[in-house]
Amino acid sequence: MADNPRQPKLMTGAQMVVASLEKLGVDVVFGLPGGAIMPTYDPLMDSEGVRHILVRHEQGAGHAAEGYAVATGRVGVCMATSGPGATNLVTALYDAYLDSVPMVAITGQVGASLIGTDGFQEADIRGITMPITKHNFLITRAADIPLALAEAFHIASTGRPGPVLVDIAKNAQQETTEFRWPKQYDLPGYKPTLRPHSRQIKEATTLILEAERPVLYVGGGVAKAGAAGELARLVDITGIPVVTTLMARDVFPDDNPLAMGMPGMHGSVAAVGALQRADLVFAVGARFDDRVTGRLDTFAPMAKVIHADVDPAEIGKNRVADVPIVGDARLTLTRIADALEGKKLPDISVWVEQLQEMRKTYAPGWEEPPAGELSPQYVISRIGALAPDDTVFVTGVGQHQMWASHFLPHRHPRSWLTSGGAGTMGYCVPAAMGAQIGRPEATVWGIDGDGCFQMTNQELVTCALNGIPIKIAIINNNVLGMVRQWQNLFFDKRYSHTDLHSDQYPDFVKLSEALGCVAFRVTQADEIDATIRRANEINDRPVVVEFVVHKDAMVWPMVAAGASNDDIQIARGMAPDWGEQAEDEAVGAAGSGEED
Amino acid sequence: MTSTHILSVLVVNRPGVLTRVAGLFARRGYNIESLTVSPTNDPQVSRMTIGVDVDSPSTLEQIVKQLNKLIEVHKIIELEDSAVTRELVLVKVRSDLENRSKIVDTVGLFRGKAVDVSHESITIEATGGREKLEALIKMLESFGILEIVQSGRVAVNRGASALAAKSSRNGS
Repeated sequence: MADNPRQPKLMTGAQMVVASLEKLGVDVVFGLPGGAIMPTYDPLMDSEGVRHILVRHEQGAGHAAEGYAVATGRVGVCMATSGPGATNLVTALYDAYLDSVPMVAITGQVGASLIGTDGFQEADIRGITMPITKHNFLITRAADIPLALAEAFHIASTGRPGPVLVDIAKNAQQETTEFRWPKQYDLPGYKPTLRPHSRQIKEATTLILEAERPVLYVGGGVAKAGAAGELARLVDITGIPVVTTLMARDVFPDDNPLAMGMPGMHGSVAAVGALQRADLVFAVGARFDDRVTGRLDTFAPMAKVIHADVDPAEIGKNRVADVPIVGDARLTLTRIADALEGKKLPDISVWVEQLQEMRKTYAPGWEEPPAGELSPQYVISRIGALAPDDTVFVTGVGQHQMWASHFLPHRHPRSWLTSGGAGTMGYCVPAAMGAQIGRPEATVWGIDGDGCFQMTNQELVTCALNGIPIKIAIINNNVLGMVRQWQNLFFDKRYSHTDLHSDQYPDFVKLSEALGCVAFRVTQADEIDATIRRANEINDRPVVVEFVVHKDAMVWPMVAAGASNDDIQIARGMAPDWGEQAEDEAVGAAGSGEED
Repeated sequence: MTSTHILSVLVVNRPGVLTRVAGLFARRGYNIESLTVSPTNDPQVSRMTIGVDVDSPSTLEQIVKQLNKLIEVHKIIELEDSAVTRELVLVKVRSDLENRSKIVDTVGLFRGKAVDVSHESITIEATGGREKLEALIKMLESFGILEIVQSGRVAVNRGASALAAKSSRNGS
């Protein structure tokens, strides 16, 4: 390669892909090669800046890129070949789309002359992923590669983050032409609004200064914006109680007296109660998802709403906002805090005490399991208690995910990875792998279910071969627990096809050992702490601990799908006692009685 | 009760953009009432005129916001009720020597014209707003319509203001 800047640098498209990734500061790519991406894999072998992690399934590459992105705040990158290689990324792209994870997927495509002929491993991956990517490209000329990759990273990481797919035809990878790194983007239709409008900030401030029962409803947007510090400052100034959605459990420490926990279908009574009885809901980076609101027309019935989000389409989508604020969560929280600093704020101590009382009375808990059986909630809380302070927690999807949300210690930003919007079973193992690569100094604990684990555990081989010492706790209850819980409650206990018989097959210890891990099985309560401690000490290999737990443990509290959040149950048929005062206020302000 | 609104959308002139716009409507359950796409005076930019049926103003707001999120969409405006809208219709009518002049007379009232004629048929071309074209078709029905093909709407606001693309480059 000529170093003389006056001479054009001639490169193949494949070399341009690698050179572009280097210029963009990419340090790791998760992928699996195949025919249509082979030209790019060739120069990748020589790259000094970009490390490649060879996964065992492309879905693993996608979730690993997500895990890397959420744990580090940088763009996660995955790579696959055309056809089935590319379609195996679809679930991860969709997951990243719903949870706004910055990710770039590079896929090989058949040569441009074969496109449209149903050539071997040709798939219209651009068409397939259009509804589940923030944007995507099909590149058929080498000269277009640097600009497309630069734009892909820009789009993925700015505004509301999301996945971007760049599909590159094989001939474009093979052609030789001049490498020009773009000085500017060609994106006239893409200008995210980051600075909140002053008038809206002022209106929001006025509402906060008038509110008697305000609550901060904090979502994943605050995590994505890296705005935990700004949130903490606003809470310091105002003393407003905080509910953190599933996606934002790590942005406000649970041990803060103003932390009310997670709202929604399996939320804490304090968080649900705070929203239902608030006179002002200040939503930041949250999107009024149905799992949070329950029946929308009865959600937070007395509240005015300030809705701040970087995506204007989220504002007013589900709930009308009295004050809409379009902008980056960090800038918005800063501006609001600046505006309120030094102002005389209303006394909301009665409201705060009421919620704190509720938090104490109805702290999420669990019933003791039958004698001799392990309680999954206890297991998860012990993992949290014994984990080092810098631990990153990753979950699968289902009951164990809800328990992990409630019972793990949530202290630091970028330490909680979970599949929220999509609810992707199989997320845990590969996402934990990506997080560990992004944060090699941190301890990474994955809390997975026996169902989820059987979807993507092959990535433990990748971990073993690359010295990625993630720790996976399989909460083995033998069944697809969350589905079984619904069958228990709403399908007359007809457990249709939810019994996985995980007590028979697979033998998780043998399987994990075969995959290159150290593995333990825990069946007795007195073994729990010692085994977790041993797992914490192993740092050169992945560790799997199978906890054989009680099958019928349930996730409480719960609001049934489609029901009002007012009908939250703390156990089967048991509603919380909201207290007379709260009840009177609710009736008075809503102007109608509540059903019992 | 649904109401129809007309959106004028400037988009990048690249393959796949129509799929993306149409796909967005399909995925989110919005109904396209009419859609035309055509070049503009800027070869980089195409203009879509989209008629949408919505049941509430908030649905229209969502459609505009979601369209705005597409990277290829430069600009969207909702046209005013007073906008000039036109459609083109070609109607093939059963016709013989006897009634041919009657048909041509009728069409003349709508400032349409005959563009093809045979022993058994006559094909009429007309342009105008939807109501006018509906009235013309109603008049022709009595002669026996063999075939109708109608374009989507094209529309533009009245007055001097024009829909121009945003400046075409961002800084990096």
